[in-house]
Amino acid sequence: MKGQRTVTMLGCVLVVALFAGSILSRRQVEKIRGNQATLEDTLYLPSGKTVKRLSLGYSSLLADVYWTRAVQYFGLRHIVGARRYDLLYPLLDITTDLDPHLIVAYETGSIFLSQKQPDGAGQPDKAVALVEKGIRENPAYWRLYFTLGFIHYVDRKDYKAAQQAFQKGSEVPGALPWMKIMAARLAEKAYDPTTATYLWKTIFETTHDASVKDTAAKHLISLRADAEMDELERRTQAYYQRFKAYPEEWSELVRAGLLRGVPMDPNGVPYKLRLDGTVQVEDPKQFPYLERHGTK
Amino acid sequence: MRAIEITGLSKEYAVGFWKKQRRPALKSLNLTVEAGETFGFLGPNGAGKTTTLKLLMGIIFPTAGSATILGRDASDPEVKRKIGFLPEQPYFYDYLSAPELLDYYARLSGVSAAARKQRIGELLEQVGLSDVGNKQLRKFSKGMLQRVGIAQAIIHDPEVIFLDEPMSGLDPVGRHEVRELIQGLKDAGKTIFFSTHILSDAEALCDRVAVIHKGELRGVGVVNDFHSAVAEQTEVIWLGASAVAAVTGLLTESHITGETVRVTVPSANLDRLLETLRQQRARLISVAPIHGTLEDYFLARTREEQKEAVR
Amino acid sequence: MTSRLSAITWNTFREAVRDRILYNLVFFVLLLVASAPLFSQISIGLERLMLVNVGLSSISLIGVVITILVGIGLVSKEIEKKTLYTILSRPVRRWEFIAGKYLGLLLTLVVNAALMTVGFYVALLIFVGSLKRADAGLLVAIYFILLQFMIMVAITLLFSTFSTPVFSAIFAFALFVIGAFGEDLKNFATLSHGITKWLALAAAYIMPNFASLNVIARVAHDERVSMQLVAFNTIYALLYSLAVVTAAVMIFERRNLK
Repeated sequence: MKGQRTVTMLGCVLVVALFAGSILSRRQVEKIRGNQATLEDTLYLPSGKTVKRLSLGYSSLLADVYWTRAVQYFGLRHIVGARRYDLLYPLLDITTDLDPHLIVAYETGSIFLSQKQPDGAGQPDKAVALVEKGIRENPAYWRLYFTLGFIHYVDRKDYKAAQQAFQKGSEVPGALPWMKIMAARLAEKAYDPTTATYLWKTIFETTHDASVKDTAAKHLISLRADAEMDELERRTQAYYQRFKAYPEEWSELVRAGLLRGVPMDPNGVPYKLRLDGTVQVEDPKQFPYLERHGTK
Repeated sequence: MRAIEITGLSKEYAVGFWKKQRRPALKSLNLTVEAGETFGFLGPNGAGKTTTLKLLMGIIFPTAGSATILGRDASDPEVKRKIGFLPEQPYFYDYLSAPELLDYYARLSGVSAAARKQRIGELLEQVGLSDVGNKQLRKFSKGMLQRVGIAQAIIHDPEVIFLDEPMSGLDPVGRHEVRELIQGLKDAGKTIFFSTHILSDAEALCDRVAVIHKGELRGVGVVNDFHSAVAEQTEVIWLGASAVAAVTGLLTESHITGETVRVTVPSANLDRLLETLRQQRARLISVAPIHGTLEDYFLARTREEQKEAVR
Repeated sequence: MTSRLSAITWNTFREAVRDRILYNLVFFVLLLVASAPLFSQISIGLERLMLVNVGLSSISLIGVVITILVGIGLVSKEIEKKTLYTILSRPVRRWEFIAGKYLGLLLTLVVNAALMTVGFYVALLIFVGSLKRADAGLLVAIYFILLQFMIMVAITLLFSTFSTPVFSAIFAFALFVIGAFGEDLKNFATLSHGITKWLALAAAYIMPNFASLNVIARVAHDERVSMQLVAFNTIYALLYSLAVVTAAVMIFERRNLK
């Protein structure tokens, strides 16, 4: 009976060793296949409709699996060295074929697609296709028109299409009044930072996805900084009008009564005043989406 | 050489919801069986007989103690080539036929292919199953299964054979046949260890018996010793109820059914009783001395609650 | 030892056959025959693709079902029915019993899969008209399915040594499903942080990984599978199964039977 304990110990060691060995082999397998191998199989699938038929009634469960995979695929983009996005649209397409009413796939998925790299796949046209599919399958869900309008406005800069989207959306029964307001504003003006701010603010407040929220926050502070710098440059111009020279320091503007104090960017860092009267941010990396005051 | 030697063998079960309580099934059993003996292991149901056999076979593990068979530790797989086991109410693979089952078991016991073929035929003949052909075991009756059971226990010609309630569930014919088989094995010089609660079988077949009750060994005795005890009482049966009055004082007990009288009388009073009956013209049917029986020994041992120091 | 081991292996196989397990082949053939006309309804021009997908997936799934149905009783049935009593009273080592049961069920599955493969190729021949060179590549997928069986038999056997058939079935099926999403599980772990990451990684690696063993989609598109992948998958399946069977042996060696 004494030998029993040694045998037990040896047995446990053996099991653990074999297990460890199997894990090592598995890691080799994973290395050979690549992280995305199962996802790549997606490309091999027959159309989403076929997959749906083969899923034997579990299509919405499978849709959830594919949606989760899409999120993971997108999330891994920073870890997997090469930033490929070519599987994103097929994944989302299959997801929405399996469950055409999985709204989050359209809403969040299209934003993943439309955003410029590295925040997104940089495929706004595919994003539009996805949202339009969502609208076809869910005509009563007017918020998708918002998403459509957003993509046209922000990423494709197609203001007419954006206006049309908001207009159509406002006509869906149950749509909130601000859809009409948005349509009207877009009819008036093409690009307008206030509008852009408003759109991004809505996204920021309504999305459930952490990375989308993050992107929205970044856009919002860039928009704010752009607006503030526009205003600051108006003041430096005013200074020039008066003194026939550009100010060299903010204090000069304060003395001239054009400013109350040293202007700070949304992060609390003072803006940089350049000799030609233009204004820039101290740390451009904090403001990746500046449209008019970026450093060249 | 001792065929079986059991030393301090104990088994406790952890019972209760939290497995905290301990229930002893076998308390420190000490027993030896000599080679060539037919040894009876007696006890009421639940006494620990099957537990002992399971411990010897390695089906369960002891909490304490050890056992050797033919000089080697009972858990040594090699020693199992020389032992055979028939469990109580055995169940075999019902999708096999009798020859297939015996072939499988023989193979597991290390019987060579050539020997197997021959032995299987012989054995089926020996246990009276020569005409079952390829019928699957699921179609066998209880008696037939029991015979298959004995066959598988001896197919590899073991030296020591363990039988657990070999007669259970058999009709009188079956029991007779099994008895004959065991007698045959005994004559061939095998050591037989069999547990039962049917005393007449043990009495007929065994050299020695042990009585076990509530997990404890209560006594070990030689069967012949019971028989050689001088008959203290005699049983007399006669026709003639009228004679009873004359002999009442002599009797230990009496039963009367119509004209038939059956009495027990101390052997000392026997002559006087017979003389009186003759005078009374009673018709004698039988006079039989009552020997001490195994049953008495068994009952005495199982009735006592206190422990005995036993060998 | 080999004599005993092979005796137990062969008897386990015999039991499966006599339990009419192999009748599933009839079901498989019927499935292929019945679904072929549906393929053209689902996608015209893709009959071969559909046949390969459905055929290989069925071989895999039916095999797993058999594994679970038979595997859950491998040991527990023998304990329940006490057929082990007359086995253990013989010079059979407890580990030999477990190993023999494992090999016996695996043998049953291999034979079953082999027969299904023949039927599958016949179906391919009938519905597509001729076999191409690339059709040999399908054998790799079937080999991987066999590796999958190796692991599943080990798992069900392990559960059978200590659990009742119902629970064994539930656990084994659960592990199969989890294993099918093995890669997703690992990816989820990679994206987590801190303690969750380590726990999830541990869980992901302890669970079997059937995702890497599924190359059905690829071979259906005539993609070659590298020999390296074959080699490492084989080693993975061997080591994993061996680990699980060893654990099963250890449990069984210590078990007081009824």
